[in-house]
Amino acid sequence: MALVFLILSPLAGALVLAFFGHKKVAPVLNILFSLLTFALSILLAGEVYRSGPRLALDEQIFADGLSSLFLVITGGVAATTSFFSFRYMAIESAHGHLSPERYRLYLALYQVFVLTMIVVLASNNLGLLWVSLEGATLATVLLVGWSRTPSAIKASWKYFILCGVGIAQALFGTILLYFASEKTLGPGGTALLWTHLAMVKSQLEPTVVGLAFVFFVVGYGTKVGLVPLHNWLPDAHAEGPTPISAVLSGLLLNVALYAILRVKVLADGALHSAMPSRLLIGFGLVSILLASISMWKRQDIKRLFAYSSIEHMGISTLAFGIGGPLATFAGLLHMTAHSLVKSAIFFVVGHIVQTSGSQKILSIREVAARTPGLSRALLAGGFAITGLPPFALFASEFLIVSEAAKRAPYTVPFLLLALFVTFGIVLFRILEMNGGGPPLETPVPPTPPLTFFPVWIHLGIALVLGLFFPTLLTSVYQNALLSLGAVHGG
Amino acid sequence: MAPHTHILLNRLVGFLGSALLLSSFAMLSMRRMSSLVRIFALQGLLLTLGTLSVAIVAGEPHLLFSALFTFIFKVLVLPIILFRLLERLRIRGEVEVLLNVPTTMVVGLFVVVFSFALASPISELASTVSRGLIGVGLAALLLSFLMMITRKKAITQVLGFLGMENALFFSAINATYGMPMVVELGVAFDVLVGTFVFGIFFFQIRETFESFDLKHMDNTQTE
Repeated sequence: MALVFLILSPLAGALVLAFFGHKKVAPVLNILFSLLTFALSILLAGEVYRSGPRLALDEQIFADGLSSLFLVITGGVAATTSFFSFRYMAIESAHGHLSPERYRLYLALYQVFVLTMIVVLASNNLGLLWVSLEGATLATVLLVGWSRTPSAIKASWKYFILCGVGIAQALFGTILLYFASEKTLGPGGTALLWTHLAMVKSQLEPTVVGLAFVFFVVGYGTKVGLVPLHNWLPDAHAEGPTPISAVLSGLLLNVALYAILRVKVLADGALHSAMPSRLLIGFGLVSILLASISMWKRQDIKRLFAYSSIEHMGISTLAFGIGGPLATFAGLLHMTAHSLVKSAIFFVVGHIVQTSGSQKILSIREVAARTPGLSRALLAGGFAITGLPPFALFASEFLIVSEAAKRAPYTVPFLLLALFVTFGIVLFRILEMNGGGPPLETPVPPTPPLTFFPVWIHLGIALVLGLFFPTLLTSVYQNALLSLGAVHGG
Repeated sequence: MAPHTHILLNRLVGFLGSALLLSSFAMLSMRRMSSLVRIFALQGLLLTLGTLSVAIVAGEPHLLFSALFTFIFKVLVLPIILFRLLERLRIRGEVEVLLNVPTTMVVGLFVVVFSFALASPISELASTVSRGLIGVGLAALLLSFLMMITRKKAITQVLGFLGMENALFFSAINATYGMPMVVELGVAFDVLVGTFVFGIFFFQIRETFESFDLKHMDNTQTE
């Protein structure tokens, strides 16, 4: 039952906020709906944990170990981001950048965006999965162009066109998959249902499924931000309002990669060859390398972290390409930790950019003097995102590198090189921002209390995941590995 | 059904397929914005007739709904929205190209050959009456893609985008007699919402750049 309510909650939120989003209470309503969604996702994960996969609505929607894991991450980060966007938008309207009408649109689209991501994760029908992933693009495209400056409009246009073209390739992949499955499952509704497909995956026609998988990777890979299809990502992250950058980076990229994982299970079953894995290794490696090189000269703080998202998505993709229980587990852990840490960083960066009015690193060098709390949070986030122990990204990167050494040794030098380069650049930039600059002329207003609790919650969870891994979570991840066909995980 | 009408209809399906491919080329070569929208409407009509004849030849009644739906949506609603946009935004005149038309055509020819080569193993496996046309669908997809990357104005990119959707629909009909109904409806809904978002964009782009030429956008400094 929680499954249906989980979809209804953001839907109700979107409708309510579409009508009452201009009222004073609307931001609070946004937080309440997001918290409700989060609570339902935990309830659902509990159900799945106790009594196995859930199916509902004529088998069209379902949740197993893998999807419930991502549903909880999505619900959680969406909830903390709703707190952050409350603060962010309050400052925006104090600056006079925000009319009630525009706020209403923002809040309604925020809920629609959460809704589409949840439908992607809970959809059993690969066609509906496509529809809602495209819906996620449509919901965010206007949010990216929010500030209506020329560069923001350019960024959202680029996002729209590139993701539109990409997702069209994925639709062709869906058609090919339907074509292959219709022969075994018969025409009609069931031939695109993942649970049915997974049962007959070894009987699917290999040539067609192979071709379909290539189209899927190119299509959904555009949304993951895999190089060379990543062009929209830095622009969209840099120009959109920061709460949106946080959910794009922390959630949307995950959700798109989740879609690739689902079809990879089918492709692996049908093909009996290493083609799907090699394809993912290739895309992953190129993304890691190019992203880390591109970070070199970035002067724009949000753009810097956008490239870092490409790099981390590349690392996860590489891990899934390497395959096997350990690397797959590491990939999932990496996605989880990246979601938490990257959105936390965007919360901090968002506040810095908003209070100093610039995104250029050189002109926001006085962070430490302005807001000591912020500079501490940024430093902690920087440590976490570059994979320093004891944060969870260290654990996952360590696992990925050691598995890569075993199964695909040629990737190790590139991987290590990229990790060192990004480590250097990110920490150097953060220290540069903390390191002073001209003395302040005007005193800075004190930051309102409770501004940064989402940041510390996210970083805290990333720390716990890295220090000791609770037994409960071990079995949650094992369930997720079970859905991916990698059994002996942990 | 008498066998000779069957053969006739079968030929008709083939003819409509080739006409669709021709219309993709026509979109590539058009220079006037309004004729581009007209070709798009014509393509929608060809798609409707193609779906209709496949529905009759193969005896698949649910395709009749798809045909009706395509007609309403792609021959009436979308072209009307596009024409109104052209009118309200006072867009007239010429399509500007990055690559001149003859060169684009030659590239297009290679694209067609490539798609047929790629589609031939799939066509062999297919059991539909119109399996030979899967290559046409793929070719039309890539031709629309070519149009998107060689044109400069925002509105031509949108038409390329919609052409891509047409091609995908056509491939689905020919490979599998269409996707399940719920998926087709979902896709159509996305395209409709997408067109509205495009519309909003056009107003924002005009306000901001005072032109639809994407080169103004490209000149915007980001980093």
